[in-house]
Amino acid sequence: MKEVRKKLENLGKEVLQDIEKGENPNIEIPIRALSNVVFDKKTGQLKLGSKTAKRFYFNVAHSKKFMQTLMVGAFCKQLINENIHASIRDMYYNLKRTFPDSNENTIDEQSESDPLIVDIEVAIDVLREQLHLTTDRKGIVSGNVIIEDRGDRIDWSKLGSGGWSIPSTVDEIDFKKVDADFVLCVEKNAGFERLHEDKFWQKQKCVLIGTGGQPTRGTRLLIQRLNNEFKLPVYVFCDSDSFGFYIYSVIKSGSISLAHVSDRIATPEAKYIGLTISDIFAYDLKKATIKAREVDIKRAKELLEYEWFSRNPKWKKEIQLMIDKGVKAEIEALSHRGLKFMSEVYLPDKLKKGDFLD
Amino acid sequence: MTDVKTIKKTAEEFAKEQKEISISEFFEKNKHLLGFDNPTKALLMTVKEAVDNGLDACEEAGVLPDVNVKIKQTGEDRFRVIVQDNGPGIVKEQIPKIFGKLLYGSKFHRLRQSRGQQGIGISAVVLYSQLTTGLPTKVWSRTDEKKKVHYYELFINTTKNEPEIVKEQTMDDGLERGVKVEIDVVGRYRKTQSVDDYLKQTSVANPFARITYNAPDGTKIIFPRSFDKLPKPPKEMKMHPYGVEFGILQRVLGKTNSKTLQSFLVNEFSSVGAQTAKEICKVAKLDPNAKPTSLDRAGIEKLLNAMQKVKIQRPPLDCLSPIGKEELEKSLKKEYPQAEFITVVEREPEVYRGMPFQIEVGVVYGNVGSNEEPIDVLRIANRVPLLYQAGACSTIESAKDVDWKRYGLQQPKNSLPIGSAILVIHMSSVWVPFVSESKEAIAPYPEIVKEMKLAVQDAARELSRYLSGKRRAGEQKRRIQIFERYAKEVAASLSVLTGEEENIIEKKLLSIIENRNKMKNFEEQETVTIPVAEANSKTNPKERRKEKSLEEFREE
Repeated sequence: MKEVRKKLENLGKEVLQDIEKGENPNIEIPIRALSNVVFDKKTGQLKLGSKTAKRFYFNVAHSKKFMQTLMVGAFCKQLINENIHASIRDMYYNLKRTFPDSNENTIDEQSESDPLIVDIEVAIDVLREQLHLTTDRKGIVSGNVIIEDRGDRIDWSKLGSGGWSIPSTVDEIDFKKVDADFVLCVEKNAGFERLHEDKFWQKQKCVLIGTGGQPTRGTRLLIQRLNNEFKLPVYVFCDSDSFGFYIYSVIKSGSISLAHVSDRIATPEAKYIGLTISDIFAYDLKKATIKAREVDIKRAKELLEYEWFSRNPKWKKEIQLMIDKGVKAEIEALSHRGLKFMSEVYLPDKLKKGDFLD
Repeated sequence: MTDVKTIKKTAEEFAKEQKEISISEFFEKNKHLLGFDNPTKALLMTVKEAVDNGLDACEEAGVLPDVNVKIKQTGEDRFRVIVQDNGPGIVKEQIPKIFGKLLYGSKFHRLRQSRGQQGIGISAVVLYSQLTTGLPTKVWSRTDEKKKVHYYELFINTTKNEPEIVKEQTMDDGLERGVKVEIDVVGRYRKTQSVDDYLKQTSVANPFARITYNAPDGTKIIFPRSFDKLPKPPKEMKMHPYGVEFGILQRVLGKTNSKTLQSFLVNEFSSVGAQTAKEICKVAKLDPNAKPTSLDRAGIEKLLNAMQKVKIQRPPLDCLSPIGKEELEKSLKKEYPQAEFITVVEREPEVYRGMPFQIEVGVVYGNVGSNEEPIDVLRIANRVPLLYQAGACSTIESAKDVDWKRYGLQQPKNSLPIGSAILVIHMSSVWVPFVSESKEAIAPYPEIVKEMKLAVQDAARELSRYLSGKRRAGEQKRRIQIFERYAKEVAASLSVLTGEEENIIEKKLLSIIENRNKMKNFEEQETVTIPVAEANSKTNPKERRKEKSLEEFREE
């Protein structure tokens, strides 16, 4: 923690030096955009390139963001000093105020302050968790696993109808017992519920994770830890469309907007179990498909341009198939063949065959 | 076919009815041709003709004009106009002719820049006065303080076009020097687009004149001099061959004292030397030694054509008397002291149809009218304001033709620009081509419109420079405000991060903001560095689209 505080202090000192020299005070921040993201073939992860942009105080287009960035930095330093945590929403409310003699606010929307946290992460190379900032919990998990969290023992197999909500910080969780052969990540909470009720994790001896859409950083880190520390294979189960495919790619390789933390939260070994477009035909789900919208097709074409998809001919084939057929399918489509079809037929079948996309 | 028997009148009968129409009779029936088409205009014309004559006389005599205008309402639609100048006065014998005979004057037969040019003006007023009120016009004139004042009361005999003197008298006083007229007319007085505007604009165009005005409502306005020097008197110019028409050439040929065609050309025309004269004769296939009077119709035609074909130097330009850049600028500053910005452009003289002319344009900007209305255009020809027939005037045509958006003013299609501004366009020429005898609009000759447009553009460029400077100043102020507003939060945050005192940091920041040179440098850098916001969304539209769609995948 001392190191993080030091980094924040240095950020301030550099700006102060600019001021003392009478120069235009600025903060240098690596650019977080596709143009500055590279796919590292060796590690299979997205990495931030070396392009940076400077945020200046004396530049009308930057000035407010410059101020806001420093405000966020100062806020985090105070959190660290006092050793307390705050949600990113707490921070937004704490920093929002109106300038005297004007109707302008320091920050208008939370959507303004959220990216500033990432800016500071990349600028001084720290993680949000290290800045004592938390986010809403979104992911849920169940399985034959016992952990210790802030002194409490939690058994993921004894949570009744629910699962354990994955916190935004999972670094400090201790795994006491992990009795599983693999990890299954389900894109949708509805899918998680179905599988949980069917005791899928018990029957197939796995850790079942519901990501609730795009997985949070906490969820992604949990997946990585289970993979790293317990050598559990990770299978990702998503809707058969461009969004589902991208969620898989985020778990596996990291995302474009969080490319700076890929190595800390991505799981390159993750494989895609389904749903694929081919599955629609293989498992007779044609009646349960949805016509792909124009934007689905557009995104699919974009995915084809991403190296981490296009380098695998099988992926190329799947995405191309989606474009050609103009269809997509949700994981719930499997219920077309019966409510238990997913847990009792489809997934076991895929696991047995080892029918994964990499 | 017409049946011969149906003809009721014979040519002989017609001949009995056909008789000479005097000029006076003609204008009596066609008052509108001279600008007396309604009572408001009639009152304006009365003042205008008298004032123009006074100013012309003073200028020619080298006297700084001091003109006194008084209008009294004497009945519901009756006005008495009294105009007095301090000019050279008029010698006794000339008084009746100048006031009591149409088309009598010194200005028609010469080519020299002056306000009046036909010799109609004041006598038309006298005619209008007697037609509407039946009263004679009163004239006082004194040529020297040592001499007596000559006083006349007169009418115009419309059939003979001759003065009809009612009373003639010599007095010892009543006038120091100059001319004073008192004319009764039927008219209507209004504040705008009439006498008041005319005098104000006259004052703008004649910075060396002092005008005192007693309005019918009792208010007294003095338009002081803004310049204490008379303009250099314009030289008289001979006709230039390029502007000549058949009738004029025929008349001059008949009148000339020159013995040969060659000497005729050299003596009667400007810019023609012996060589050019010979060249004209050669092209016309005429003998340079022929007697000018010997030319027949065909010969005159040949000569005229040759005069247009041969390359001849442009006319001399010293016959022009522009207001002057400095003078007009001073004058506008005096008349519009509240204006934000004033600029004046003086173009080089140009020539249309052998007539030299020169355009001056002034722009007055800010606090001179509504921001949402079209700009005002002051149209001035030979220092005389033009108030009517704006739509037919080359000044308006050229002003509309300019693309004002380029210069920072809004402009509806085919219209004058919108804004709190006044555009002054002055044309000086030995012969201004008016669209009618009432001298209300300058005929849109292409050469004139083009030159006016260029002048307006020159001035508009100055205006645009001023406006962008003003905008920049506003932007700079806004920038500074932004930086100052954020300084406190920046200082507070930096204080938390570094442990340095907040006050000290804020003071340092504010001292940088106070350093205008530094702020200017930073501002210049802004245009070269790519803002972060821009850097994150690519300029390449394809890439930008890609990243935009990725936003849907937003993560926490």
